[in-house]
Amino acid sequence: MSTNTIISLPDQSTARVPKVNYLSKENGILSWLLTGDHKRIAILYLISLSFFFFIGGALAGLIRLELLTPQADLMATDTYNKVFTMHGVIMIFFFLVPSVPATLGNFLIPLMIGAKDLALPKINLLSWYLYMAGGILALYTMVTGGVDTGWTFTTPLSTHYVNTNVLTTGLAAFIAGFSSIFTGLNFIVTIHKMRAPGMTWFKLPLFVWAHYAASVLMVLATPVVAIAIVLVALERTIGIGVFDPTKGGDPLLFQHLFWFYSHPAVYIMILPGMGVISEVISTFSRKRVFGYTAVAFSSVAIAVFGFFVWAHHMFIMGISNYAVIVFSLLTMLVAVPSAIKIFNWAFTLYKGSITFETPMLYAFGFMGLFTIGGLTGVFLGVSGTDIHLTETYFIVAHFHFVMVGGMLMAFLAGIHFWWPKMTGRMYPEKISQMAAVVTFIGFNFTFFPQFILGTLGMPRRYASYPPEFQILNVFSTAGASILGVGYLLPVLYLVWSLKYGAVAGDNPWQATGLEWQTQSPPLTENFLKTPIMDHDVYDYEWLEAQKEKEVASAG
Amino acid sequence: MSEEAKHSEHEHHIVSPKVYGAILVALLVGTALTVWASYVDLGVLNPIIALAIACTKATLVVLFFMHVKYSSTLTKLTVFCGVFLFLTLIGMTLADYISRAWGQW
Amino acid sequence: MPDSHAIAESAHETAHQAGHEHPSYLRHHFESVEQQADATNFAMWLFLLTEVMFFGGLFTAYLIYRNWYYPAFVAASHQLSIPLGGFNTLLLITSSFTMAMGVWCAEMKKKSGLVLCLVLTLILGLGFLGVKTIEYSEKFEKHHVPSYHYSLNSFLNPDSDEAAKASGDKPMALDMARHTEVYFSLYFAMTGMHALHMIIGIAILGFMIFRAQAGAYTSGHVTFVENFGLYWHFVDIVWIFLFPLLYLISRH
Repeated sequence: MSTNTIISLPDQSTARVPKVNYLSKENGILSWLLTGDHKRIAILYLISLSFFFFIGGALAGLIRLELLTPQADLMATDTYNKVFTMHGVIMIFFFLVPSVPATLGNFLIPLMIGAKDLALPKINLLSWYLYMAGGILALYTMVTGGVDTGWTFTTPLSTHYVNTNVLTTGLAAFIAGFSSIFTGLNFIVTIHKMRAPGMTWFKLPLFVWAHYAASVLMVLATPVVAIAIVLVALERTIGIGVFDPTKGGDPLLFQHLFWFYSHPAVYIMILPGMGVISEVISTFSRKRVFGYTAVAFSSVAIAVFGFFVWAHHMFIMGISNYAVIVFSLLTMLVAVPSAIKIFNWAFTLYKGSITFETPMLYAFGFMGLFTIGGLTGVFLGVSGTDIHLTETYFIVAHFHFVMVGGMLMAFLAGIHFWWPKMTGRMYPEKISQMAAVVTFIGFNFTFFPQFILGTLGMPRRYASYPPEFQILNVFSTAGASILGVGYLLPVLYLVWSLKYGAVAGDNPWQATGLEWQTQSPPLTENFLKTPIMDHDVYDYEWLEAQKEKEVASAG
Repeated sequence: MSEEAKHSEHEHHIVSPKVYGAILVALLVGTALTVWASYVDLGVLNPIIALAIACTKATLVVLFFMHVKYSSTLTKLTVFCGVFLFLTLIGMTLADYISRAWGQW
Repeated sequence: MPDSHAIAESAHETAHQAGHEHPSYLRHHFESVEQQADATNFAMWLFLLTEVMFFGGLFTAYLIYRNWYYPAFVAASHQLSIPLGGFNTLLLITSSFTMAMGVWCAEMKKKSGLVLCLVLTLILGLGFLGVKTIEYSEKFEKHHVPSYHYSLNSFLNPDSDEAAKASGDKPMALDMARHTEVYFSLYFAMTGMHALHMIIGIAILGFMIFRAQAGAYTSGHVTFVENFGLYWHFVDIVWIFLFPLLYLISRH
């Protein structure tokens, strides 16, 4: 790999948006609602996901506003419980879990492997409808009184002690779960059966590997939470005694079943984001990802290890001491493949021809914030420190570093990176770079103080707190408002760019993936003829040769 | 279409009705056996035998009725994955329950 | 894996180069009929994996409580009828057989045979549900439905109860007897979930019988029948485990 390539991004002034593409093929609302095209479904998901993200974000804003002062003065404490519960439910089930897979994964996996569509287009559409049904149900429960169990539906609180909309929210999560199962199932089948000629497993982009691993988790873990929710529902309605201690049931069993899904679920959320980062880092360093095979297998390893660590969410809940030791040790294992990824990305950057376009800025944000989030996870995985830190703001900060600092940064990196492919137009570079920096600053202001608050002992899930914690909470709330600006900006300029953005051309970043070798936006069939993968993945020299060939034939 | 069937080595392996019949008989015998075994006091072996018979029956169904014996490695691997994770869920959850009684130290 | 895939790929290629007509059921995004059949078959298997894990949660719960409350589970299981349960096992295993024969008929393009097999499967499935209804209604009569006027009478005073008397149960301490409710909770959750799968299966069977009469599955496109067969056999397997676990805990 030549390390001194002079990067010359193609001249876009001559580029035209192709007249025939997947967006212009058919018109009318029905052509969208009944579409089988994975790209259109991805757009549907993008719109609906963004909608839910901003609802969840508004709820987060309310939480931060309440926590501005030590007293519970903005809302009643019950309302506060409902607000943080709905924030969790919406953000996790309706944003984070489907975020990258359902939008970027849906859009890109067939393009990247050289297929015409996902294997099961109708199931794909069905999964969007299920997602919407679940989402609307969740919103319905929110406006008709909400639910205050926390997003974990922990028994016996959810079965016996609260009288809020547990059933409907549970049903919403159940339905969203099936949406996720169908998406994952579709991806696995597609990746196995629909690859273009020559596209062997080790020529797959790392984005596809990451999605494969995440899909395995979706397919295998989600049904367990589904049955747990069904049992909670049966317990609430009929009164069966599976989790009810008064009848001899064990409430902890619910947590076992719940976390059997919900721990792998955090890898469902983060793995696709890691896939995005691999693509972005490689493209903007103009280098093959260092240790491709290791990164590919680390995705699979994270998925596999992810199944063996769930009880670390229950260290203080009364599980056996021996189980605590075993699960604590197993939890440490997950650090290995995660670190492999971070190190390999860092080595990819080494001597690369790095440029600082917006997706790369977000990717840098991801690497830093995810590392902090991951390392604080080690504190929580060690049972000794976990007993001190769990149920404090340390946990809140930890998972927001991973999910918001990691996943959301990756999501935004991916959206910016593939925006030209999805819409055929560039986003405005300067303002979006600014947005990336604002997001990064706002994020650190919001969540870093929470680490300190947690170590000082401020418990989570309370509307009020001792006055000595106020300064840090004010910091956090102020940061949240900056963060809010950082998230609103992309919506504004991305929508603006749909009409006024510069025309992108086929391959504005000079990236090597198959998705960049077709027109932007792509045709409904993706490719004019089935591509043949005759070069290696991330082969920038091949790309260079391709370009020269084109110039020669044009000249 | 029949000519096409020859192309793929596993997809259209047609199992003969004789095999199905034999499996049916085996399953029925297994059912009778498991009922009979439950009436005999074998102590700790009782649940083990019941589960062993059930597993055998399930394996027969998977291998022959569901054609896994004649299917691709991928299908076999899929089945294995399911069984493995099912056992993980049960095993690791039970690990907690069993060791709770061991108490503190 | 890459090797077998490569073989499959080349098989597609040759099929293509042979220049045969695309049959009407080949969806546009697949290269060949084999790829389509392969993909849908694999998708069905993945779906069954989710089903395995779905029932996995119930089986985990069952194992834990069975270990905790073994005497209660034994006594409560004596309230189930082995003849009825055994008969149901018979029905379901036979229906699995008829389903497998149905797939064979579809592959051999025997339309009337396929319809006959599907109808038999449907009848056997309905028979299973019928027997289940009898069993359930008995539970309602004896107040063995959790939290629905749940009665401990059969366990505290086994002589008053025919089934308990027949299996020679001793009166249980109240504390343990109460836990029979956990058994019945699991009994209803597990068999109920199983019955729900049966009902869904029977609905699809009904639809398939109509389509089969129109000859939809006997023109070479057997994927749907095959995949439904997989589902039906899976439901059968669940019952194969439910029967010994729920009915045959300890009968000696």
